[in-house]
Amino acid sequence: MTRADAFNFACSSPLPDRKTVQLAHGGGGRAMKQLIDEIVRPSFQDPELDRGHDGALLDVSGPLAFTTDSYVVRPLFFPGGDIGSLAVNGTVNDLAMCGARPLYFSVGLILEEGLPIDTLRRVAASMRDSADAAGVRLVTGDTKVVDRGKMDGMFINTAGVGKIVAPSKIGPESVRPGDAVIVSGDIGRHGIAVMTAREGFEFETPIASDCAPLAAPVLALIDAGIATHCLRDLTRGGLASAAVEIAETSGLAIALEEQAVPVCEEVKAACELFGFDPLHVANEGRFIAFVPQEDAARTIEILRRWPVCKNAAIIGVVEGTPRGRVSCRGPLGVRRAVDMLSGEQLPRIC
Amino acid sequence: MRFRDEFRDASAARGYADAIHRMVTRPWTLMEVCGGQTHAILRFGVDRLLSPEVSLLHGPGCPVCVTPAEYIDKAIEIASHPGAILCSFGDMLRAPGTRGDLFAAKSRGADVRIVYSPLDAVTIAQAEPERAVVFFAVGFETTAPANAMAVLHAKQSGVKNFSMLSSHALVPPAVRSLLEAPGARVQGFLAAGHVCTVMGYREYEPIAERFGVPIVVTGFEPIDILQGVYMCLRQLEDGRAVVENQYSRAVRRDGNEAARRVMRDVFQVAPRRWRGVGDIPESGFSFTEAYADFDAERRFGAVIARDDAAGSCIAGQILRGERRPTDCPAFGESCTPERPLGVTMVSNEGACAAYYRYRALETMGAAP
Repeated sequence: MTRADAFNFACSSPLPDRKTVQLAHGGGGRAMKQLIDEIVRPSFQDPELDRGHDGALLDVSGPLAFTTDSYVVRPLFFPGGDIGSLAVNGTVNDLAMCGARPLYFSVGLILEEGLPIDTLRRVAASMRDSADAAGVRLVTGDTKVVDRGKMDGMFINTAGVGKIVAPSKIGPESVRPGDAVIVSGDIGRHGIAVMTAREGFEFETPIASDCAPLAAPVLALIDAGIATHCLRDLTRGGLASAAVEIAETSGLAIALEEQAVPVCEEVKAACELFGFDPLHVANEGRFIAFVPQEDAARTIEILRRWPVCKNAAIIGVVEGTPRGRVSCRGPLGVRRAVDMLSGEQLPRIC
Repeated sequence: MRFRDEFRDASAARGYADAIHRMVTRPWTLMEVCGGQTHAILRFGVDRLLSPEVSLLHGPGCPVCVTPAEYIDKAIEIASHPGAILCSFGDMLRAPGTRGDLFAAKSRGADVRIVYSPLDAVTIAQAEPERAVVFFAVGFETTAPANAMAVLHAKQSGVKNFSMLSSHALVPPAVRSLLEAPGARVQGFLAAGHVCTVMGYREYEPIAERFGVPIVVTGFEPIDILQGVYMCLRQLEDGRAVVENQYSRAVRRDGNEAARRVMRDVFQVAPRRWRGVGDIPESGFSFTEAYADFDAERRFGAVIARDDAAGSCIAGQILRGERRPTDCPAFGESCTPERPLGVTMVSNEGACAAYYRYRALETMGAAP
């Protein structure tokens, strides 16, 4: 089967209901096999999947990185991405942050009874496109269906393994006082894109999610011999949460410069409107890197070769004290504390 | 970004700070009324730029903070009705009543929905005609016109299953009440710019005159606040006490007449209890007779006023400007955003939340 006809129902024994997912599709019987054969397998197109066995047989040697994440987003489709691209890129990025080249993925699909088959097909196609873009293979999977009303359309779990290529350990324990803090691009697009899509807000210039694979620029840094002490992708909780986690784990202080943190005009405007701090808004295609000062300029130069990192910037420095704290110098030159949000980010009343 | 970056300009800020420094001859105590201003002051460090003689107290202008616990209890009670949907702005969901908050009620199965506009609640009511949809209307004069519009719209569209739990608060009576309190030490006010975009500032003129305090209608960006502080101190140093308008790019003396007309149609001035502050005459809204059918208290029973539980929380004193969050022994210890003793620790406009969020380096030192 070629890519072009992966979208078509070519099977001679059609699903019991062509339009929506039924409980029977998760029942382990004929209907489930049809769903997988007609939608999932043609979309993902991998010889390991086509073997139809209980698991994938892989030939890899260590050291390996291994990660898993579950994806829940409403709406399933939003400007710049969908739950499928999110589920692939999120796990690609987690592996990349370990200094690993992402290789093989598993996909667990949990579907709500009544989900349009077309939605599933679009998400599966998006996962395949994202996997192709990141150079990873979707080699094993699982599908379950739950009663209507018990969930929100579709949840996806992905797990992935990657081969570690970084010569030394990348993680908070490797961060040193004096390290430069670098962000790979402008922040906050994903959180604002999803919120505006969910709530039906319209802005003059629509904001698209930054959802993207980050393995290539990270591997380029490693290939270039940059001493990447720590990498962390920015997801829910934004830059603030990532920085606080690293400060707390490393026992060091991170001093940011608010003026240096890239934020596009549209995200700035939306944040003003809702009373959000861009440092707290979610991202899905950005990371922070901790590198020695002497490598900082070259890190920026290498990152900016990738379109997804064209706004990479040095945004701060690691200090010894106050231990475990993140601070940020604002536009007036006064330093303030930066903390994680205690819960959901909620718009203010007035 | 236009209309923002120029109001966060470091050299302009230094210019105002220097001018204030040169001007002040003695200690002065000012209060910014609005919680949005409090957060801007703490976030940008405006207070750090001021001369030590100038002290800023934080006022009661946080709508979530001053909503009495019994209203939150009522909202939870309504949301827990199997046939009801309670809609609220998100910031309200974390505010604790006497028996937990709306988030906890939601996790127990109550149908609580976060909306971004009161009109969204009317739309939900239209989509689910068999359910009773209640909008928890919390806010000052800034949000009241939109809430009134939602009621108007519901009436015009014949939406019978929509009602509103009204906990509106009016700012000028609260300012008056702070000044009447024995031992009042505020010498000048920064009035909340957004409230005045709707109401104008005529109401403040008799207050400035009667109590001899300057009142400056002030915006929310750091340069706005510094300019407001400068104008207020200029009056104090000159021995004047009038209402001035720093926020002239948004506020007119007469405010927005169309918005006020909608508000007057739907609401009438009524006495109101402010959480932690007490009863303030003519400081809230009830429904006018023409719209009384939309009063959720008529449908679900009246909210019964109760005295605030004393406890160890000093939120009331903080809202009255008598103490600062860092004066509280519980601050950052037994009271955190995760386990708040009072609403001022959880609201986006609460003073304790501002200190916790932006001053952790000074107030708490190294991370535990």
